[in-house]
Amino acid sequence: MLRPKLLLTTIKLTMVFLKQPPRFLFFTGKGGVGKTSIACATAMQLADDGKRVLLVSTDPASNVGQVFGVTIGNQITAISAMERLFALEIDPQAAAQIYRDRIVGPVRGILPESVVKSIEEQLSGACTTEIAAFDEFTSLLTDTALHARFDHIVFDTAPTGHTIRLLQLPGAWSSFIEEGKGDASCLGPLAGLLKQRTQYKEAVDALAAPLHTRMVLVSRAQNATLQEVARTSQELAAIGISQHYLVINGLLPESETRHDDLAKAIFAREQAALSAMPEILKALPCDHLTLKSFNLVGLDALRQLLTENVPQQLPERDQPITINAPGLSSLVDEIAADSHGLIMFMGKGGVGKTTLAAAVAVELAKRGFPTHLTTTDPAAHLTGTLTGRVENLTVSRIDPEVETDRYRQQVLDTKGAQLDAEGFALLQEDLRSPCTEEIAVFQAFSRIIREADKKFVVIDTAPTGHTLLLLDATGAYHREVSRQAGKEGLHDVTPMMQLQDPKQTKVLIVTLAETTPVLEALNLQADLRRAGIEPWAWIINNSIAAAPCLGSNLLKQRALNEVSEIDAVAHHYATRYAVIPLMKEEPVGQQNLHHLIQT
Amino acid sequence: MKKIQVYDPALCCSTGVCGVDADQALISFSADVEWARQQGAQIERFNLAQQPIAFAENQIVKAFLEHSAEDGLPLILLDGAIILSGRYPSRTELASWINILPPDAAKPAKSCCSGRNCC
Repeated sequence: MLRPKLLLTTIKLTMVFLKQPPRFLFFTGKGGVGKTSIACATAMQLADDGKRVLLVSTDPASNVGQVFGVTIGNQITAISAMERLFALEIDPQAAAQIYRDRIVGPVRGILPESVVKSIEEQLSGACTTEIAAFDEFTSLLTDTALHARFDHIVFDTAPTGHTIRLLQLPGAWSSFIEEGKGDASCLGPLAGLLKQRTQYKEAVDALAAPLHTRMVLVSRAQNATLQEVARTSQELAAIGISQHYLVINGLLPESETRHDDLAKAIFAREQAALSAMPEILKALPCDHLTLKSFNLVGLDALRQLLTENVPQQLPERDQPITINAPGLSSLVDEIAADSHGLIMFMGKGGVGKTTLAAAVAVELAKRGFPTHLTTTDPAAHLTGTLTGRVENLTVSRIDPEVETDRYRQQVLDTKGAQLDAEGFALLQEDLRSPCTEEIAVFQAFSRIIREADKKFVVIDTAPTGHTLLLLDATGAYHREVSRQAGKEGLHDVTPMMQLQDPKQTKVLIVTLAETTPVLEALNLQADLRRAGIEPWAWIINNSIAAAPCLGSNLLKQRALNEVSEIDAVAHHYATRYAVIPLMKEEPVGQQNLHHLIQT
Repeated sequence: MKKIQVYDPALCCSTGVCGVDADQALISFSADVEWARQQGAQIERFNLAQQPIAFAENQIVKAFLEHSAEDGLPLILLDGAIILSGRYPSRTELASWINILPPDAAKPAKSCCSGRNCC
């Protein structure tokens, strides 16, 4: 009976990224692409193959415990339903909080409250969360006792290039980790690190060793997402972490397109995105995973994720899904009632901020209000077509790359001039942090937002609360704007006050009707609230549930899965909201943008 | 030689990259400190965001913070007594406190107005 067994093994190991797996497997990609599910399925597969496996999840929405029916938490826990499988959950937010407490805790109640608050804010950025998570990873990567216990450690996330480079720089360590002292050139996020430098070095070295580590880049078949993955791949390669594998998740199978126009359009769009994939990705070993109708909860469901041959059990659904959700036009009605103001769209990359900003701006202009649309759309394909075509509408574009480069150069020329080589390298790295781009872009925008007291200014991005608080705390932002406004006389209102005033500014959070994107949007909301800004509305974009008459059973099932997310946004998270259906055609051009409002 | 202690305000990314404006005063001061150290001066710096305990443990600094909050920083102590606050000293000032030759021959410090609240 050797043959059938062999056959079984061949079917199981169809995934390229699972061939000869090294000790560490990392899955990286933006929120909502399915990293955690794939990591779970991978860990199970390896355990099924007789390997002892530790699964490490840092997903803030971690449902690993739920998936396996065990409570896990921050300690290595045996998964009773599976032999040889263990799991560990690291909550990055909690790790960051512990990290902050380590620094701030001893002075709480001793130093004035305002001072303590200021220190906490300095340590509340995305960088701190990342570094804190890496701190937790370090022992997993370097603990030899742990390596004797497990053949494989599977991570559902990976540290960013920025974090790794920061830890590689000698200048980052000389000042306080080794001497125990800070210096003017400081690295707030690194201040709470506990371990020895050698241990971090070992961890970083392990990451860069192809015999030990494999990076699996997870993407969807969407242009923006693939571009982002290409950037990640380049960034990791530049710091010596090569050996990348690519997984395209959630592909719509062609069989679904037969009776469904929307499915047909999605299929075509996905295939087009795949053939237009950046060259650097085309060269990588690649696996395709098809969209699943079922929720990836439970052992059986997860086993099917990596085994393509299993026919999908699709319940026939005759009852159409009805979600009684307001569309964009109801939001535009309310916005228009104020006849001027600043409208900002906020959300993670790829959720459609630019499209929605353009749609709202076009609609406001059509209703006769002077409107200025400013976007960071890199391709300008969406907004480029609008210039001069719509009465009352002005369109301008800010190129984030240009703005960021200009800002970096300016800082390096001035501040960097007198630094030694190590200090200069450190400053350069700080300038590669994600905050830098946000600041540079917002700086460019701040020249325009003053116009909002006379007309509508619609912007497809917004600064995070963290950035605003930092800028506000240093007063630097206020000074900058005062300087710009100086010649026409000073306004009494600071931009921070302008953003906090709901009469002047409306922040719209854009998300998708899926678990992780909604959770990420919730984090953005909490962050804005910390800065005293109450998001005005939520928009759920690209909803399948809101799309008309679905012939595809697979899409019907996906639509059904969206309902609970939409419900949570409607009843728990948002003061007002709108749901935009997934469009057959990409909403480019005046006419298609107009459709978005009508639906 | 006399001892200088510098209590810096809280800074996130290095030297306030997070600010809208790069702070030249801060960067010049770093260079001045390096210069003074080479002349044998004993200078310690503490960043509020990294070593808040150093601020809490020094009674003078703690009392200063209670009175003028973070806006009053930086605070500079000479042999344990306040000598300057609200801005960074120039290279000439530094030199005079620790009785070393004024830096006529050396490159003049660019540090100008009031610490991080200017420029």
